[in-house]
Formats: sequence, C-alpha cells, structure tokens
Amino acid sequence: MFHRHRAAGGRVVPFAGWEMPVQYEGIRQEHLAVRRGAGVFDVSHMGQIETGGPAAEAFLQQILSNDVTKLADGGAQYSLLCRHDGGVLDDLFTYRIGDRFLTVTNASNHARDHTWFTEQAAAFDVEIGDARDRYAMLAVQGPQARGIVARLADGELPGRMRTATLPVAGSECLVCGTGYTGEDGVELLIAPEDAAGVWDALLAEGVTPAGLGARDTLRLEACFHLYGNDLSVDRTPIEAGLGWCCKLDTGFIGADALQDATPAETLVPFAFTGPGIPRQGNGVQTEAGPGTVSSGTLSPCLDTGIGMAYVPLGAAPPGTQIEVDVRGKMRAAEVREKPLYSKS
Amino acid sequence: MAESYPEDLRYHPDHDWARVEGDEAVFGITWYAQDALGEVVFFDPPKVGASVTKDQAYAEVESVKAVSDVFAPLSGEILAVNEGLSDGPETINADPYGEGWLVRVKLSDPGELDSLLDVNAYRDLLKS
Repeated sequence: MFHRHRAAGGRVVPFAGWEMPVQYEGIRQEHLAVRRGAGVFDVSHMGQIETGGPAAEAFLQQILSNDVTKLADGGAQYSLLCRHDGGVLDDLFTYRIGDRFLTVTNASNHARDHTWFTEQAAAFDVEIGDARDRYAMLAVQGPQARGIVARLADGELPGRMRTATLPVAGSECLVCGTGYTGEDGVELLIAPEDAAGVWDALLAEGVTPAGLGARDTLRLEACFHLYGNDLSVDRTPIEAGLGWCCKLDTGFIGADALQDATPAETLVPFAFTGPGIPRQGNGVQTEAGPGTVSSGTLSPCLDTGIGMAYVPLGAAPPGTQIEVDVRGKMRAAEVREKPLYSKS
Repeated sequence: MAESYPEDLRYHPDHDWARVEGDEAVFGITWYAQDALGEVVFFDPPKVGASVTKDQAYAEVESVKAVSDVFAPLSGEILAVNEGLSDGPETINADPYGEGWLVRVKLSDPGELDSLLDVNAYRDLLKS
C-alpha cells in the first residue's frame, strides 16, 4: 500500500511501527470530501485478535465491557477492555462471525491487548489468535460510500453494525457496516495482497483518499474517543462518558471497581466562542475547578476550535462557559452537547 | 503556488524571510515552511508596538494538525500586522511572499542583517 499512498500525493509518517498516510491533498479538503461524498482511509495499522473455541462467548463476556451475549451472528459491538481497577486498556469493535469472534484493536495497544487476552484466557477453553498480519483494512466513509462500494460488490452490503463476507472489486472482503467518522459507510477487511487492487478500484470510482489527519478531525466532530487522548489506563469508562457500553451486571473485569466509583471529573465536548485552536494537554478553567483538554483541533465543518476535555462534574452541563489556556492565552469556550457536528 | 525563493529577500534558517526597506522590514515564512505546515488555518499575530527579538518566536501559525512558532529574522518593533490573515490565514499558503506577509517591523539593529542568508545560501540549507 505504501506506493499507492505516495502515488496519491500522501505524506507518510511513522506511527506505531507503521508507515502511515497523514494527509494527501490537505486535511480540510479530505475532511469535507468525507462529509459530502466519500473518502477512503487505509487503517491497516489497526490490529485484529481472533477468539474461537467452545468458551469464546463466555471468555469475551468476562473481558469486554459490553454484553457479548447480545452480539448476534454477523453483528458488530463496541466495548472497552478494562483492568481490574477499571482503567481502560483499549476501546474495541468486536464482530461475531459464525463460531468465532474478531476484535479490532488500536495499533499502539495491539501487543498489550493480545497479551491481556492470552493471560486472561488461561481458565477458558478458547483459542486466541493474532490475526493482525492476515488483514489490511480500508474504511470507506461518507454519504456516497455505500453506493460506491455497492457498485463494486458482488452481493448485498451489510447494514449498520452488521457484517458480510463478499467479493469487492474481485477480492474477498469482510465488509463491516462500521466506521469512526460520524458518517455512514463500511470498513473492508481484506487480505493484504488484495488491498492495493481494492484501493485502486475505489479511487477509480471517485472516492477521495483521506489520511489519519482527517480521520482525527472527523472523529472529534462526532465526539468519538481516541485512545491515548481521551482514554487511558488512568481514566475509567464512567469518567469518559462510556457507561452506556459497560454492562456491569455481566461481571466483566473492572465492573466491580466501576460499581463503587464516584468520578470527580467527566469528559465533555466543547467549542471555542472566539479565536484559537485547543490542543491536547491545554489547561481548562471553570467555576467548578480546573480541567484538561484531551483532544483539540480546528473543526473544518464548524470553522472553529473544538475539543473534548476532562472537567469537574459541576462544569459538565452543556452551555457552561469555560476558558482554555492555549500556550498562555485564555480562550473562551462553551461546553456543548454531543456530537459537536451533525447533519442538520 | 510552485516552490520559489525570491532573490530580493533575506532568509533565516528557521524558514522565515525578511524584505528590508530602509530601516523597516516585512517578515513572513518561506514556501518551504508553509508546505511543511500544510494548510494554515490560524495566525495568532503579535500586538502592534510589541518588541521582537532576532531568533525569538513572535507569533504562531497553526495548521489543523499542528502549531508552529514563527521566529523573528531581525529585531525591532511591530509597526503593523497583516489584518487580512484573521479571515484568510490560508493566504500564507497561497502567496507566502506577497499577500501572505505577516508583520511590518521598525528595525532596531540593521547590522543584524549581515547574519541572514541570501537566497543561494538558503537554497543550500534546504538541500543539506
């Protein structure tokens, strides 16, 4: 894929041991292409862990925060991987495909996740496989994404949060109705040797190549968490506003700690009401006490600085006026509802 | 625009340029700097009347992804800032030596000029 990214004018930088395309034409143009048409991201750096065996469901129920028994065959589910103290090890999509499960990991967490899966699996009759080298992954996102992929596919595309195995542009793909941009679209898991051909076919249909820079601005407008920014082992899912995917009554690892926890801070989206661009690590001042920006950027759709910040609970209600310390300049901001951007 | 480095400018190794006119100078960033930064989405200017010191940061330019300090190629006092950049910071990309100028400065030590690079020396620096 590396040569395809260069050919498309991409700036390629090292990330978690991978050579990753950050941008091609420009972050703003790529961002708007995804909001208005269709863009394709090479997210092959993401890892995959396969879980099989008679106790696969029981095992995943033990380590994943969501209720895995509610995950139907051919379905997708978002969940967290937590330590016993509730700290977040990773955020993950898991697909149930027949009698096995495929879990997609963040690149920088993959090795740690795989070790955690393997250690916790000792008491279960399961097989854990590292499937990272078996898959390249292309995310095709935007209002026109499904229509374009449908033209290249031999068979019906899966619905949102569903999967199907289909040929796309002549290559067998696991097509998933998922994504992380706030737009409709699909993610394609493909054999690495087939990825360049599918990429070429998508570009020939007019899909815009998009880099990790635009992926970051799109997910932040949608208020989706990025591990390492908004999630870490030092934060619990409750603080991060992800209680909705933590089903405490399943007894997953970390549930006990979350049951008792009363967080002092919570993650909120905010937008600047004046000039400036917030960045990760900026300090926040509120009437309820200080906080910290976990993600910040300029929103290409809103044309203003946006971000997410951990703030005291008293500063969490939408409409609360806060100030962000951007390298010594106090910038005015307001806590907003999720998502920061949505199609009207 | 295509890569270019005008011959009438003097260059600072941190990819800033100065166009000296008597005891005043206009500052900006070079084609190389704007290309490395990507699309500029925000320019945070200094205040008129502020002092700037050669080799010290006096302003910030930001792309969507990153923020960069802008270094003063020469010392002096800010006479004017390019007001057009508050609504159109991308002008820095489109025309880095013209409409994308950043500030006009009253020079306090014109002798500093000798330490800046001419176009050939700056081009050599980019190649190294």
